[in-house]
Amino acid sequence: MELQTLTFIVVSMTFMVYIGIAIWARAGSTSEFYVAGGGVNPVANGMATAADWMSAASFISMAGLIAFMGYGGSIFLMGWTGGYVLLALLLAPYLRKYGKFTVPEFIGDRFYSKTARVVAVLCLIIASVTYVIGQMKGVGVAFSRFLEVDYNTGLMAGMGIVFVYAVMGGMKGITYTQIAQYCILIVAYTIPAIFISLNLTGNPIPQLGLGSMMTGTETYLLDKLDQTVTELGFAEYTTNSRLSHLNMFVYTLSLMIGTAGLPHVIIRFFTVPKVKDARTSAGYALLFIALLYTTAPAVSAMARMNFMNTMEPAPGEYLAYEDRPSWFKKWETTGLLGFEDKNGDGLIQYTSNAETNEMVKVDRDIMVLANPEIAQLPNWVIALVAAGGLAAALSTAAGLLLAIASAISHDLLKGVFKPDISEANELMASRLAMAGAIAVAGYLGFNPPDFAAGTVALAFGLAASSIFPALMMGIFSTRINKEGAIAGMLAGITVTLLYVFQHTGIMFVAETAFLGDLPPNWFFGIEPNAFGAVGAVVNFGVAYLVASMTKAPPEDVQELVESIRVPIGAGKAVDH
Amino acid sequence: MSNNKEMAHAYWKENLKLIWILMIVWFVVSFGFGIILVDVLNTIQIGGYKLGFWFAQQGSIYTFVVLIYVYSHQMAKLDHKYQVEEE
Repeated sequence: MELQTLTFIVVSMTFMVYIGIAIWARAGSTSEFYVAGGGVNPVANGMATAADWMSAASFISMAGLIAFMGYGGSIFLMGWTGGYVLLALLLAPYLRKYGKFTVPEFIGDRFYSKTARVVAVLCLIIASVTYVIGQMKGVGVAFSRFLEVDYNTGLMAGMGIVFVYAVMGGMKGITYTQIAQYCILIVAYTIPAIFISLNLTGNPIPQLGLGSMMTGTETYLLDKLDQTVTELGFAEYTTNSRLSHLNMFVYTLSLMIGTAGLPHVIIRFFTVPKVKDARTSAGYALLFIALLYTTAPAVSAMARMNFMNTMEPAPGEYLAYEDRPSWFKKWETTGLLGFEDKNGDGLIQYTSNAETNEMVKVDRDIMVLANPEIAQLPNWVIALVAAGGLAAALSTAAGLLLAIASAISHDLLKGVFKPDISEANELMASRLAMAGAIAVAGYLGFNPPDFAAGTVALAFGLAASSIFPALMMGIFSTRINKEGAIAGMLAGITVTLLYVFQHTGIMFVAETAFLGDLPPNWFFGIEPNAFGAVGAVVNFGVAYLVASMTKAPPEDVQELVESIRVPIGAGKAVDH
Repeated sequence: MSNNKEMAHAYWKENLKLIWILMIVWFVVSFGFGIILVDVLNTIQIGGYKLGFWFAQQGSIYTFVVLIYVYSHQMAKLDHKYQVEEE
């Protein structure tokens, strides 16, 4: 009970900070803040981008997944950072130079077609809504634990808060709120990691602790972990591949190009003053992200270690169910952790064998939140982690909802269907769109297709297969025309959706799965979450083929492409 | 005018070359060292880390940060060389 009160206090304090900043930023600055030319400093923008980017998937879910995947979990680490290289080198500077407010707007102009814009909006909405489902899963897990209720009730509480937050804070001032959220989430993530690293290895830097020896022994942490897990019949931690190297390759690629294709991240680079700043801003964003991403693998390995040691304190000596620690009981009430005494001896046998394993449910998404409790850290650290997880989920949800809302109100309504819409109605439409997106994502979140990070990976696959190729071809080729781009986007996202839905059901409703007689992962052993990269290849291929059979884009569009490649304005002459 | 266009093309060509070089490094440290060659590199041990595992979970990320820094630094120089900097 004491922990719960403390958590409420810490969480409410952070919320007050966000609200305070939102009010201050709104009052203190004028409309210039909102215009692309507004002076958001690249460092500040990098920090806000990092918060926008790092969601419940990064904060709550990822390390827990890696803890049980071992080396195979590297797909998330490389995939969700490597995409920034693509952004900085291939997209951000040119999209900044073009200087429009939404991604579909660029696609519509570059491919001189309203149809292309509508298709881009559709792809954006499908990817973003899937992404929000992942956030909802994370928020639901966090709330279920701290309200000590089951997951579904936790999810409903989370939906309510996200709704209030997005509609209220979703307007101006969001950048500064996100800076505060970054600070809170990075502190909340690293403090327990430092504590645990000190406990286990005596080294306060988790990145080094992971490669150090266990305190008081001559054994390296990773070697000890390998030994512990293999003794119980699990795969070796440091070499356990994710299905196959080919699958890992495709999965990583899919996350990388998905990163560079997600509209809520790309939009961030429109807010810096110059093309040059777009490049450096991507660098700062990745630096801030890397702080968390290089800490995460240490958290994973150490959490797994502590978890195994709690379950089986000495070889062959199992924890008695009677003596289970309080975090175990708390997580049991959420329904995310489950024990079944199969042999009736009152001991918890945790093994790799499905027949005899008595830990029948260990939801990976609970690991980061449970980690400080498992390691017996002070209560304020545990409360801080809860606040950090919520900061991560809220900042991303707000960014995504804004992207969805602007796509519907700005691109669809104002841009295509109802150009004479009044500003008030446009605003109303965007609020309705936000509410609709939360409702749909929340509803689908009751039966999420995967763990939070897995669901988010799906969203990346969808962005990878549709938006990224269109943007890249729009910049690097003058030959791709509207027919090519439209056919490419449709082909890419369709192929990806079909491969995903045949397993999970249409829009993840299980009853509608149409797998037929095909085994899972039938395409070269590639899993659906990783399929975005294949979809992207299809997109590129179809676009080139169709474009080569139809006529080249008009002169002025080709000139537009030439002009976005150079930072200086097209009108200005180069003076020698 | 045509001079401008030539300059713009030369600038773009240099930019593309830089992108290619950096993308090759990007590919090698992540897909190369972290996935394709991971088993080979894992035979080398650095402290408690197997080298392939280190690249997959640490090294590739550090390299990505450096790559973006190098790109924005080099491009700033290139912008200056071709005098295409913004005000």
